[in-house]
Amino acid sequence: MTTVAAVEVNARSIRRIALSHTLSRWDVRFSPYLYISPFFLVFAVMGLFPLLYTAWVSVHDWNLIGGQGDFVGLENFVTVLSQGYFWNSLRNTFSIFLLSSIPQIIVALGIAAVLDFNLRGKTFWRMGVLLPYVVAPVAVALIFNDLFGDKFGLINSAIMSLGLEPVRWHVDVIPSHLAIATMVNFRWTGYNALIFLAAMQAVPRDYYEAAIIDGANRWRTFGSITLPLLRPIIIFVILTSTIGGLQIFDEARMFDNVGQGGASRQWQTLTLYIYELGWNQRNFGRASAVAWLLFLIIILIAVINFLITRRIAGTGDRKLRVRAKGIS
Amino acid sequence: MKRFPRTTLAVTVAGAASFALVLSGCSANAGGEQSTDENVKLTVATFNEFGYDDLFAEYEKANPNVTITHKKAATSNEARDNLTTRLAAGSGLSDIEAIEVDWLPELLQYSDQFIDLASDDVDERWLDWKTEAATDADGRLIAYGTDIGPEAVCYRSDLFAAAGLPTDRAEVAALLGTSWESYYAAGEKFAAAGTNVPWFDSAGATWQGVVNQIPNAYEEEDGTIIATGNPEVKKAYTSVLEASSTLSAHLGQWSDDWTASFQNDGFATMLCPGWMLGVISGNAEGVAGWDIADTFPGGGGNWGGSYLTVPEQSKNQAEAQKLASWLTAPEQQLKAFASKGTFPSQLEALESDELLGATNEFFNNAPTGEILANRAAAVDVTPYKGEFYFAINDAMQQALTRVEDGTMTADESWAQWVTDVESLG
Repeated sequence: MTTVAAVEVNARSIRRIALSHTLSRWDVRFSPYLYISPFFLVFAVMGLFPLLYTAWVSVHDWNLIGGQGDFVGLENFVTVLSQGYFWNSLRNTFSIFLLSSIPQIIVALGIAAVLDFNLRGKTFWRMGVLLPYVVAPVAVALIFNDLFGDKFGLINSAIMSLGLEPVRWHVDVIPSHLAIATMVNFRWTGYNALIFLAAMQAVPRDYYEAAIIDGANRWRTFGSITLPLLRPIIIFVILTSTIGGLQIFDEARMFDNVGQGGASRQWQTLTLYIYELGWNQRNFGRASAVAWLLFLIIILIAVINFLITRRIAGTGDRKLRVRAKGIS
Repeated sequence: MKRFPRTTLAVTVAGAASFALVLSGCSANAGGEQSTDENVKLTVATFNEFGYDDLFAEYEKANPNVTITHKKAATSNEARDNLTTRLAAGSGLSDIEAIEVDWLPELLQYSDQFIDLASDDVDERWLDWKTEAATDADGRLIAYGTDIGPEAVCYRSDLFAAAGLPTDRAEVAALLGTSWESYYAAGEKFAAAGTNVPWFDSAGATWQGVVNQIPNAYEEEDGTIIATGNPEVKKAYTSVLEASSTLSAHLGQWSDDWTASFQNDGFATMLCPGWMLGVISGNAEGVAGWDIADTFPGGGGNWGGSYLTVPEQSKNQAEAQKLASWLTAPEQQLKAFASKGTFPSQLEALESDELLGATNEFFNNAPTGEILANRAAAVDVTPYKGEFYFAINDAMQQALTRVEDGTMTADESWAQWVTDVESLG
């Protein structure tokens, strides 16, 4: 009797141990997923669902107010792709993106390098750089519109006082892109500079000391130490500014009072085009089709970026090692 | 076309506040009989300035069971986005939603989303065309008219004097005449005097005046789009551009350059609906010489104006309708006019002494109330605006801009417009 009981107790405790083992195994195995699940749940609701729903809308006739109409298959995509404004806005998007991102990253690197020196009032300068980022894009646009007025803008007044022809900011394609890129740059350069600065401060100072002892000047250390070590961060910044750059909206929309990107769509970006289709023409079907095309374009660019990143990140390390060896 | 907050604008017509607000307190039937003691909460969404703030307090006082929450959007575009988004979503609208005449046609497509407001009380309250525009195909009245935008011609008397033209209001009205040809001819005369100041601000603004006099510019009542084949539209396009080539300042209306030009002798005349007076006096602050002539080329013209609707979504439809009816009654509209210059669309208000006696200091003490009332009476065409009116007219505005800024010739731009219109369907 007692032995039986003992065996039973034993079995129970063994079972209990086994259970707690299983639990802890599950814990190890599944908990991480549980911990990150909130993000994915939120993403599913806020990201994935709209994404799929947009796809659903894009294959229907769909009015903003009237709602769902007939199923039309890929007709919306075909219509949109055959319209000049789509390709025009694709061109504008890339043009503004390149005009903003490239100078932005170069200048941000420069500013970060300067801020990395031992300046007086460090925090002041650093906050100052970030200030434009805090200003709402719409406010930025208001200020810059005073600069870029065709007839009474400050810049054109200055140009005309020199006896030159005024720039037609709201008429010609490239000037309008330059003006919009300027607003984007104003807003994002400081932000990127701070990211670069953070990365620069993580670079071990001995590298610089060693290099300087070896007689390298500032330029040389910047080119041979800072830049190579910053590569991953540079890639990150390029990636985020690509995603942001392909979705430029506020600045272009605020560039004139109409907000459709100019009478000939000189500066209509893809997002503005989506807005025009969806809210002005109320054709949600076509707007969704363009939204999906934009999504695919961004994925494509991101993949290209990723492939380049992998190569550069690899060679970057190697180069640094070689250079570091060369310096020491 | 009217993208600008009518607000700033509505500061308007008279140094409005200046004429006595005798009316306050004497509105006979604030809200009609108090039917229920039940507490009712009403939300009212407006934009810019309707001049309702004091009126709400008054209504609440007369109807203690009613609490009004006012949601005010800064611009009419913002209100439009809000309205359409919530209509699409099927919830979230206020009990009373203010709308603008420009987006009224789009909403008429979905008139079943708004309750029928017709009732004996409001029969014959408004100008015919104001009511007609808010009546759907089944004869349901979906909106009560608030204000209108009867158009006159504003001009710079100092620039006229410099060009050797008459400056007196009546003489200028005679000079400008009543047709577009005579208006342009006066412009040629002005230009010939060598003042080097353009005659009007933009082809787009002039277009707005012309197109609002064509009964069916872009669409037939049955919804067929006739825009691109309509000889009247083509003719208007050609004549406006012809005039603008020599007379226009080529300033897109509402653009920053346009706003700045008020301080720079940008142009000598402009077509001005009532609410525009506030825009002019605001933009041209400190500039002397603005005046207003009691005439409009091609007959009368109306530009803009608003309505109140009660969406089907509202949970207090009856109470909301009562409030909307009270707000748009002549007595109340006159108070709104006194406070913010929104020019009434109610017949009775149009004949009232308060309105007719209103003058505007900025415009050389012109009797703006009387002039605008005359202009309202002169409106004889109600242009049909269908589902695509907004989009087609928008594309037309851009077509005109393309020619004005020289990116395209008139023919190229027309062709582009045709493509744009065709892609709408």
